[in-house]
Amino acid sequence: MSRIDDYRRVAIPGAVDFILKLVEQVKGRRLLHVTGGRLGGGAAETLRATVPLLGELGVETRWEVTGGDNAYYTTARSLQAALEGAERVLSEEGLARWVDMNGLNAKKLDLDADVALVHDTQPASLVSARNGGRWVWRCHFDCSSAQAGAWAFFRRFADQYDAAVFPMPGFEGRLGIPMYLVPPSIDPLSERNRDLTPREVTEILIGLGVARDKPLLVQVGPLARPQDPLGVVNAYRLVKKHHDVRLVLAGTADGEPERLELLSHLREVAQEDRDVVVLELPPEAHQQVNALQRAATIVLQKSVQAGFELGPAEAMWKGKPVVGGYSGGLAQQIITNVTGYTVHSVEGAAFRIRHLLNNPELIPRMGAAGREHVRRSLLITRELVDELALGVHLTR
Amino acid sequence: MSSRAAQPFRFTGCVELRQALDVHALDERELMNRIGEVPADSIFFHTFGYFLHHRSFTTAYGNDFARWVAIEIGDHALAERLAVVDPFAFSTLEALREHLVTILQDHLRGREAERRLEFDRGFHFQRSHVVEVPLGRAAETLVEFRAGLATIDESAIYLHTVETRARERRADSFAAWLRSELALGELAEKFDRIDPYLTSLERIRGRLLGLVDVALEEARR
Repeated sequence: MSRIDDYRRVAIPGAVDFILKLVEQVKGRRLLHVTGGRLGGGAAETLRATVPLLGELGVETRWEVTGGDNAYYTTARSLQAALEGAERVLSEEGLARWVDMNGLNAKKLDLDADVALVHDTQPASLVSARNGGRWVWRCHFDCSSAQAGAWAFFRRFADQYDAAVFPMPGFEGRLGIPMYLVPPSIDPLSERNRDLTPREVTEILIGLGVARDKPLLVQVGPLARPQDPLGVVNAYRLVKKHHDVRLVLAGTADGEPERLELLSHLREVAQEDRDVVVLELPPEAHQQVNALQRAATIVLQKSVQAGFELGPAEAMWKGKPVVGGYSGGLAQQIITNVTGYTVHSVEGAAFRIRHLLNNPELIPRMGAAGREHVRRSLLITRELVDELALGVHLTR
Repeated sequence: MSSRAAQPFRFTGCVELRQALDVHALDERELMNRIGEVPADSIFFHTFGYFLHHRSFTTAYGNDFARWVAIEIGDHALAERLAVVDPFAFSTLEALREHLVTILQDHLRGREAERRLEFDRGFHFQRSHVVEVPLGRAAETLVEFRAGLATIDESAIYLHTVETRARERRADSFAAWLRSELALGELAEKFDRIDPYLTSLERIRGRLLGLVDVALEEARR
């Protein structure tokens, strides 16, 4: 587990001292995080790092998790999907069950805090049981195009909060409470982002069966339509006419039929072309992802429909230029012509990849700019500062 | 020059907590209308605040409006006209707002309604709340002030120069302290004349340090 002083060697100079000063303003206040689970990525991953750090800094911080029966989890997942804009059938019974189970959660959990941050959808209706303190709904996804019915239902709870927090402008739904913006971040000391030795990178790539005899184009992310892996293959094919490169598509496919069909299509492509490598990795394959990003010549994130997606930040932290789609948080992370390029099409991706391969001096230059950009704006130290400032602002 | 201040200067950093206003523009005409309506704090955020949130990659556009018009709308003539608006040249935020609206009005006069963007590429108005963070460092002499200026968090440079100048909190500025506590009116005047537009906080720090060094050197002669 990392300690606050460990971040001095990776964050911008003075960042840790600034946190120590900011912490003085929240000492004595009790913070509470509530999530739908402790495992997995996103909010839980960040909290696994920040909750112990805040404890080390003397800020009383607790982390509670809601739970329930199968119907509870199923409804919470469907409601979240509908809030993200997907078409879902939500039954009145299911929604009532979700509310009731959170009522039981409220009785079981210790929700006493000066600032309670409730993350995403599953625990959100706990707010009905609030008893003092300031309550914040911490939304980590894009709910700007939520299904109207789902949003109308959910808003009854969301409006009971004192404030909401969204990852970026434009992700917010209509609410009658103040809406703040705190972009997500990466932990530079986590298994996914920590420094690896060249030997470690080599050994991991050998284990994955990825040869390094030619420049690697790497895309990491779910093997799903929104990440456009077929578009990436087509961009690679346009590049391949001019440059002998290898494409690695690495990510999770889970069990959804549409994703399995896409995976099988990608495997066919990989069988026909030995320079296309498709790796289905488990969600906890952080070290493998780390090594792949470090071994890449150029990292791709050609999503056509994205949330914030921190893949570009991870790649830029490893000093790689990123060619990314123009959607969600990708355009917020990639500074065109400075840390990489945002593109709107397969042809655009191919054009930018060729441009970089034909001007190789740009690759380390953009990589270095990307690393500095992440150091300043997308590290966990910055998110910690934002959250502490939110706590100060809401309780002063 | 070796005088000691009765009231020490206390360096204070800040965090800019951003707030979404749920006000959006999807074309230039809507941008003009919204600029005319949003709280003055939002005009501040998208103009004066530009180089705090863009930090090391400042200066390409000068303010968020110009950046959006250039990148999302692709209207480079309008982007150029908006980019050269120096927010520090206006005595009030209302005067700055009026000027921005006038530029947009002039540009759009006689034009057909243009294509509207998808929501996710729209201009999303924001404002910010500045949370001040006392840095625990104080200066009573110019030498101590220089030492503090050289090492403090760059957000303190923003707070004691841009924020104080733009939000009429001059009592907290570097210049006000130099003038009132160390009787260094000439140096304070030079601090006030530093042009923070289209530069970075680190460059401002460098210029301020340069001015202090000259003052210290002159005092030694």
